[in-house]
Amino acid sequence: MTPQMRNKRKYMEDDEVIVLDHVSKAYGTNQPALCDVSLRIKKGEFVFIVGDSGSGKSTLIKLLLRELVPTEGNVYVLDYNLKKIRHGRIPKFRRNIGVVFQDFRLLKDRSVYENVAFAQRIIQMPGKEIRKNVPKILSTVGLAGKYRVKPNRLSGGEQQRVAIARALVNKPCILLADEPTGNLDPKNSMEIMKLLEEINENGTTVIMVTHNKDIVNAMQKRVITLKKGVVIGDQERGVYIDED
Amino acid sequence: MRISTFFYTLWQGFKNIFRNKLFSLASIATIGACLFLFGIFYAILANFENIVKTAEEGVCIVVFFDEDITDKRIDEIGEMISKRAEVSALNFVSADEAWETFKEDYLGEYSEGFTENPLAGSSNYEIYLNDVSMQASLVTYIESIPGVREVKRSELTALTLSSANKLIGYVSVGIIGILLAVSVFLISNTVTIGISVRSEEISIMKYVGATDFFVRAPFVIEGMLIGLIGAAIPLAVIYFVYNRALTFVTEQFSVLSSLLNFLSVDKVFSVLLPVSLAVGVGIGFFGSFITVRKHLHV
Repeated sequence: MTPQMRNKRKYMEDDEVIVLDHVSKAYGTNQPALCDVSLRIKKGEFVFIVGDSGSGKSTLIKLLLRELVPTEGNVYVLDYNLKKIRHGRIPKFRRNIGVVFQDFRLLKDRSVYENVAFAQRIIQMPGKEIRKNVPKILSTVGLAGKYRVKPNRLSGGEQQRVAIARALVNKPCILLADEPTGNLDPKNSMEIMKLLEEINENGTTVIMVTHNKDIVNAMQKRVITLKKGVVIGDQERGVYIDED
Repeated sequence: MRISTFFYTLWQGFKNIFRNKLFSLASIATIGACLFLFGIFYAILANFENIVKTAEEGVCIVVFFDEDITDKRIDEIGEMISKRAEVSALNFVSADEAWETFKEDYLGEYSEGFTENPLAGSSNYEIYLNDVSMQASLVTYIESIPGVREVKRSELTALTLSSANKLIGYVSVGIIGILLAVSVFLISNTVTIGISVRSEEISIMKYVGATDFFVRAPFVIEGMLIGLIGAAIPLAVIYFVYNRALTFVTEQFSVLSSLLNFLSVDKVFSVLLPVSLAVGVGIGFFGSFITVRKHLHV
């Protein structure tokens, strides 16, 4: 048993994929962006992280991606203690996490196919497998006919579908979605939510940061509410807590 | 690493050049301009150095012997001298040869009145040096050899050539050093700007789980290719211009070209080609390697 596994067994139950253990994150001497946050997320859950600007949502996502290191406490994701992980192992860790951003973050000079295939190339998937997997996932997100198109020729909703396809093509255990509907109209937003729900039903844990009250209330999933870096609510089948 | 990954990385490096045409053009132009200046200065300075070196090679020391010296001793002295590191060539001139040369050079038909060789005791060694600045030490050594009567040398010529050689050496190192420093600065700045614009692309790759190597390799290949093209263009221009200039000088100023020994284009390029290519590719490699590193900590 590796030290990583021992750590995981000690702090995580077998069905848990994310554990935040008294995590704080401060930037310089300012008030901490996150303050003593403890969370446990199980495999296959769909969790909304909500809160105003400056509540610490983005910091939380960055900690889960190991873009940031906690000032205090520990972040466990899958088999990894992200406070202690070596720099060289971060890429391998991230391959277990699909990530989708509000601004899509697609490689603009590459086609839809290449954007999705890129995620497979970095895990050194054989070309034959890539040619099989990419059309399949593009078909899942409804973009099978647009594989040759460059991202700037697609609508916002379609670009977000490409980003989701890229996030899912390596079959990650966890999908992190940071305001995935933030740049979309209500119709496209609902379509993306439907897609994320399907992904979740197929066993992927989905963590979604959002401001969108209507979506949160309509989905009836677990809702974690942050305010000034502190968890002020964690409800199963929750609703958006209106702080006003 | 899979072979397919290796070729993918290589191909991405090639494609990056076309994806970022403006950046590639700016980088190639910067590298090209810097290495063009470097090449021109190198060609000029190499020629100066060659002219001085040729002049140096013509400077010789003449060693005369005691009047009662035997041929055997002359041979021994010759052997001792030729073993010295300063010596590039040693010629023995017998008294008869010396007289013949003197007659040809100065007396002509007036030499008929001489029945005996007036230069009977003037057999000598003409010694050519590897480095004219070593003349003094060699002369001191030769003067200490028993059987040597006199050592003739041209101290002023030696000193002048030695100083000129030193001066050219310093100027070469100075100018080439400054040009290289400016080149490195300009090129790495251009590469830095080009890659900074693409920091988002790098961060996307990192989020998806790309290793540092996978992110960096296409940029490094791109940088090296840009460096290679940026070096090859000025080299081709200099090759053409130098050849034309050499032909022009040889044809139009034949007196000048008979006095001064210009280097052939092949001689100049035997140094300039590898140095320029190494500088171009090296700067492309290190510039992109270091700049990408700044953006890898995502």
